[in-house]
Amino acid sequence: MDLQTWIYLVVGASFALYIGIAIWARAGSTSEFYAAGGSVPPVLNGMATAADWMSAASFISMAGLISNMGYGGGLFLMGWTGGYVLLAMLLAPYLRKFGKFTVPQFIGDRFYSKAASTVAVLCLLTASLTYIIGQMTGVGVAFSRFLGVSSEVGIYVGMGIVFLYAVFGGMKGITYTQVAQYCVLIAAYIIPAIFISVQLTGNPIPQLGLGSNIVGQDISLLARLDTVVTDLGFGKYTTTTAGSTLNMFVYTMSLMIGTAGLPHVIMRFFTVPTVAAARSSAGWALVFIALLYTTAPAVAAMAKTNLIRTITPGVVMQGTTPYAADAQIKYDERPDWMKRWEKTGLLKFTDKNGDGRIQYYNDASKNEDFKKKAADAGWKGNELTVNADIIVLANPEIALLPNWVIALVAAGGLAAALSTAAGLLMAISAAISHDLVKGVFAPDISEKGELMTGKIAMAVSIVVAGYLGLNPPGFAAGTVALAFGIAASSLFPAIMMGIFSKKMNKEGAIAGMLSGLFVTLFYVFAHKGIFFIKGTDFLPMIGGANSFFGITPEAFGAIGALVNFAVAFAVDKVTKEPPEHIQHMVESVRIPRGSKAVDGAH
Amino acid sequence: MQHKHDVKGYWSATLGLLTKILIVWFLVSFGAGILFADMLNGIHLGGYPLGFWFAHQGSMYIFIALIFWYGKKMGEIDREFDVHED
Repeated sequence: MDLQTWIYLVVGASFALYIGIAIWARAGSTSEFYAAGGSVPPVLNGMATAADWMSAASFISMAGLISNMGYGGGLFLMGWTGGYVLLAMLLAPYLRKFGKFTVPQFIGDRFYSKAASTVAVLCLLTASLTYIIGQMTGVGVAFSRFLGVSSEVGIYVGMGIVFLYAVFGGMKGITYTQVAQYCVLIAAYIIPAIFISVQLTGNPIPQLGLGSNIVGQDISLLARLDTVVTDLGFGKYTTTTAGSTLNMFVYTMSLMIGTAGLPHVIMRFFTVPTVAAARSSAGWALVFIALLYTTAPAVAAMAKTNLIRTITPGVVMQGTTPYAADAQIKYDERPDWMKRWEKTGLLKFTDKNGDGRIQYYNDASKNEDFKKKAADAGWKGNELTVNADIIVLANPEIALLPNWVIALVAAGGLAAALSTAAGLLMAISAAISHDLVKGVFAPDISEKGELMTGKIAMAVSIVVAGYLGLNPPGFAAGTVALAFGIAASSLFPAIMMGIFSKKMNKEGAIAGMLSGLFVTLFYVFAHKGIFFIKGTDFLPMIGGANSFFGITPEAFGAIGALVNFAVAFAVDKVTKEPPEHIQHMVESVRIPRGSKAVDGAH
Repeated sequence: MQHKHDVKGYWSATLGLLTKILIVWFLVSFGAGILFADMLNGIHLGGYPLGFWFAHQGSMYIFIALIFWYGKKMGEIDREFDVHED
């Protein structure tokens, strides 16, 4: 069977499975629609959280970025897993005890004001929408390859499917569908990694393969990769940091606290039966996430190795020099996978020196020694651009794995993108229909009207995100990192202070959220354009790119969170204490006894 | 139970546990994975330089252990202060 038939077959089968489950578990009441009646056991909830969490950014984009960044890419790995420790200890059990099912509800009640909950809705919407833009970029990549179309057309198709998918079925449908999606996506990620690890190192466990020697040689994979990439003018794979140590530090911090502050992940912890289950759910979620996350660095390093091995065949296995005249392959003899990806526009070749061969190297290298070698070899600039977002999807093709494996990866990528998009849309729809419309504007709206508002909110978000996804502010994982920064700077500090400080009042929390959100958005928009619209960036105003101690906009959320905390405490000092009953409420939230199922009533 | 409904004691026991876990959490990721990675790279774990290993593998395994350890310890604290769920 040819590749395209395999892809249709596997993707089709996986979709039939999800839709089947969604129909089987059609949601009835509003409470079921959002929180699945509080009845999902910890291991399954952990698995669904993992699927919800691991989006197109984790599945499709992350390993590709690590592949380019090397050691510095570890910030995604540590950041997106370390946040679970914070979530499990600082937020999840207390929010479960609190017994409401959305983040703005918690903030509104804890800070005894509709204004606070409205500000929380604003923060939630900004973070979630940014997140969905990143998803749409990923969905576009996956569909473009899957259907053999341009990535723009891929995004349009993806918008349609995400819409159908999220609007039918609520959280309950989604919880069980997401368990199925987790199984598909993890199989799709790990199976090719095992194949590739065996090919390169003979070790079937990718996590160990990455630390092993290359097949038949006395040198470790990482050591050889270090030499090979330095020979091509890139930084050393195992030591190149992301910008600077300071930037890597705050970037990691930003992702960690953003993880703990993202509404669609927090919402998951409202759906477990007890406080103790909320604690262990986070642990199970991280187990299932780590299965993919510890495989990702192996996928990244091995994809880089295989890419270089494809273009300059002798350098990895025989250790030959890449500078010889016939070291690189001829463009006419390029493998089929390159031709397939050229169709999507995400892989491009231009023969700059007219020798008909592909030169792939870092032409921006500052190393004089390397520049001389490249000039002597007659290289006139890098000729191959490979979009980082295609690395994972192309990886099994690069390694020439069987067609069914490639098809499985396509299905996994789509599962990852769809599950997260659906979870985010749930959070957006709950925030608008439940917290904003029912909570503030129209308290006596009918249950039916509330559900309808939620669905309209979903549809509008998909269109907005799809439109912005056509001109994404960065690679899928980079855009998603921005969303984490926004959540980190606005929601996390407010929730945390709501639990850990009895005296924090509404004035402090509101001022904190607004200032954290504002400074972060200001810095991000300066780099990426106002609301990510191309051409509206205002870098000169802040003194050039990364002007704040060399910190990149993706990493700025940690600084925003600091501002949030500082402003909140300062304002809290000069305004009056929260009322007595609120302080008692905080005390009762801290204690597990007396937790009851979530009813969502006000 | 001698500690019955000692809310202050319960909260300070909880904060004590959180502090311990956060210290380990910080040391493995920000410490070994970022600040001291260069230094640790001199040591090798199989084919892995150690600092690189912490950033790309090790910290994640330790995070998982930390969460389960936290869940277990909190269960003990809950029962000690008699505030556990029925």
